[in-house]
Amino acid sequence: MLSAMEIQARLEQILLRVEKPGRYVGGELNQVIKPWESVKTRVALVFPDLYDIGLPNLGLAILYDILNKQKDVLAERAYAPWVDMETLLRENEIPLYALESKQPLAAFDIIGFSLPYETLYTNTLNILDLSSIPLKAVERQKSHPLIIAGGHAAFNPEPMADFMDAFVIGEAEDVILEIVHAHQQWKAAHLQKEKLLMALSKISGVYVPSFYRPVYKLDGTISHIERRNDESGSLPVTKRIVPRLPLPPTNFIVPNIDVVHNRVAIEIMRGCTRGCRFCHAGMITRPVRERPVAEIVASIETALRNTGYEEIALLSLSSSDYSQITELVSAVSERFSSQHLTISLPSLRIDTVSVDLLEKLKGRRSGGFTLAPEAATDRMRNTINKPISAEQLLETAREIYRRGWTNLKLYFMIGHPTETLEDVQAIADLCKAVLAEGRKQIGRRANLHAGVSTFVPKPHTPFQWVPCDEMENIEAKQVLLRKTMTGPGLKLTWTDPRDTQLEAWLSRGDRRIGEVIYRAWQLGAKFDAWQDQFRFEAWQYAFLQAGLDPAFYTYRHRTLDEVFPWDHINIGVKKQYLIEEFRRSEAGVLRADCRENCYACGILPVFTEMRRAFPGRAWKCPEVRSPSRKTILETAAS
Amino acid sequence: MIRIQIYYSKGGAFRYTGNLDVHKAWERIFRRANLSLAYSQGFHPQPRLNQANPLPLGITGRNELIEVWINNNQINHEEIRSTLEKSLPPGITINAIEEVPLNAPSPQTRVIAADYVAEISPAIAAVQLKDRIQTLLQSESLIRERRGKKYDLRPLVYNLELENSIRQAGNHRIFMRLAAGQQATGRPDEVLTALGLDPFSAYIERTGIVFRE
Repeated sequence: MLSAMEIQARLEQILLRVEKPGRYVGGELNQVIKPWESVKTRVALVFPDLYDIGLPNLGLAILYDILNKQKDVLAERAYAPWVDMETLLRENEIPLYALESKQPLAAFDIIGFSLPYETLYTNTLNILDLSSIPLKAVERQKSHPLIIAGGHAAFNPEPMADFMDAFVIGEAEDVILEIVHAHQQWKAAHLQKEKLLMALSKISGVYVPSFYRPVYKLDGTISHIERRNDESGSLPVTKRIVPRLPLPPTNFIVPNIDVVHNRVAIEIMRGCTRGCRFCHAGMITRPVRERPVAEIVASIETALRNTGYEEIALLSLSSSDYSQITELVSAVSERFSSQHLTISLPSLRIDTVSVDLLEKLKGRRSGGFTLAPEAATDRMRNTINKPISAEQLLETAREIYRRGWTNLKLYFMIGHPTETLEDVQAIADLCKAVLAEGRKQIGRRANLHAGVSTFVPKPHTPFQWVPCDEMENIEAKQVLLRKTMTGPGLKLTWTDPRDTQLEAWLSRGDRRIGEVIYRAWQLGAKFDAWQDQFRFEAWQYAFLQAGLDPAFYTYRHRTLDEVFPWDHINIGVKKQYLIEEFRRSEAGVLRADCRENCYACGILPVFTEMRRAFPGRAWKCPEVRSPSRKTILETAAS
Repeated sequence: MIRIQIYYSKGGAFRYTGNLDVHKAWERIFRRANLSLAYSQGFHPQPRLNQANPLPLGITGRNELIEVWINNNQINHEEIRSTLEKSLPPGITINAIEEVPLNAPSPQTRVIAADYVAEISPAIAAVQLKDRIQTLLQSESLIRERRGKKYDLRPLVYNLELENSIRQAGNHRIFMRLAAGQQATGRPDEVLTALGLDPFSAYIERTGIVFRE
């Protein structure tokens, strides 16, 4: 293995030959460097996409902060090198290294991958390969780093099960330290790797795939999951959550080059009560927990002092639903608006209150205003459970243009279950009506950008049973939009149906898809989310090689009693609740926001004890006062 | 409002930071230091901050110059220096700082040349290197192409010599003074290429900017 110094020396010979070498050198303000020998456990946190995308990732920033606060642990970073850099790394036999110390990734104890979306799977394999670490978990020895992954895509861990030693399901703030602790004990005891995996499988929220084997029926669906070792943790694996949001990181790394988000990002709330039926995040991040206004303001203050950033982003899945949004916006604008800062508040509800909120945050109408109606007919809105009337959208748009914004961006999705060409035509009509409102208000300066993506059914959602809309349908719908949505001021963007296919295969994939990912990577697939790198043919050929039918994962009708590859991962929301939502969707019946009235999705019973210990308004689930059934039974027994 | 000129060095990871991002880095230094920069007027106000002469990515700078306007009359330049120093990112250090009259001519207009030192691997013999330098200096013109446009590099090379002292690791050091400023700028990497050397494996530092008095 090359030493850090040797890596550094070789790097200096190649860095000026690549585009944006600043991606590969680290050395930024607020990076943490600890002496390599001074700690017991060394963790590499890897975002398997470009530095430009990965550096601003809040999830890894949180873990970097938590791990480096531990005296006996160091955490460093690595990202996927762009193709030009990869070529030079391979030519010069430089292994992938961590930015802080330039130590090769293979020298770390633990490598943690962030997997927020499925198109990072091939990059993950590529990074292991660039680090000379065997890709498959079974081929790795005790001397190799422990390879773990977490993030939203890991809620269906099966497609990547062959490559990971363990997955973190849910929020990692607490569990990451438990994993490090288990690793330290194992390392000190000089035991076999199996013993480490055993210990990990007993940590709540950790899934060790090699201990469990899916058994398939003749039709290719899953019969059951076989537990291969009686001493391993039992199934299902229930996701981890934190009872209250820990203090947010404020010591963000400030890159020396421009990245996608150059900003202080503060999570104001986790979870969402809206219950949009297509929304993966909305189901897997329950329950809703809010951060107090004072804590947010104080954190922004500290973070600005530490970073000098010119932008603040207040993040959540649905900003308007934060219960003290008015107070928060007043406090933030009062405190920070005079400092030439940009303040962004994404994911706003479609109403005029949102316009008031953003107006308060921005002295100037810089940038555009973004809303996500998702669908344009009442029938579709009832199907997906996102009820916004056309009048409401038009009224909001009118206010947006009237108060000085010239660019409005609307997000829609096509390919929702039972969608027809009429529903798609309605998107075009609605956009034109919105732009007409803009023209009435501010004339030709009004612009409208419609971003129309394609729906992909996701695991753990009410739509997990739904077949994908056929490629020909999607293409016909896109043709319709392209034909009708023309004219000055109107801009349309859409998703390549082939990108959608890949996402669909991987989202609801089973463990056998791992072979497809492996072969696609061998055939050169990587950076699948990048248009210029995406190799659809490689994926098609990989399916052929693996002897699997892609349509099985996309177009098949799934019955309500099917055992899904991810059913042994418990997100807290009951499958029965998802079935109920699916049926309501078919019947076109809405489900109201659950913060007014609990509809018993199942999350509260799973985290009853936690809720009881943390009463109050931070959680949007009802309070738990009565002792739990379990406690009653225990008391009765004693 | 006061106008401040800061001489600084740029090295470390900032070697790989281009000019626009260095500009951004300075804005952030001031924001961290809680020193309020003056902003330009207009629809898109920008902080008033000028670099004397942009430094290409890959080249470190020993004594670069940036000037700023600060919305504060109470503070003197020594106080500014000590505040700024607490806010610098790794790779940037301040050499000197001085206040200049608000109506002084802008440093960009006063730049006439820049000095560079390039460290070259000892793979090539000193004699041979001296020969090439002589040949370059004796040529009347040196037509090169950059971004599809032809230009003559020779008149932009004011001075070029091999330094006698051999550095650690036995590297050669080539000193160059090249034209800089608003007319035409000679790029040290182009000079190295013209000498038949690989500019990407050289270590180039700008040792100073030369100003018209």
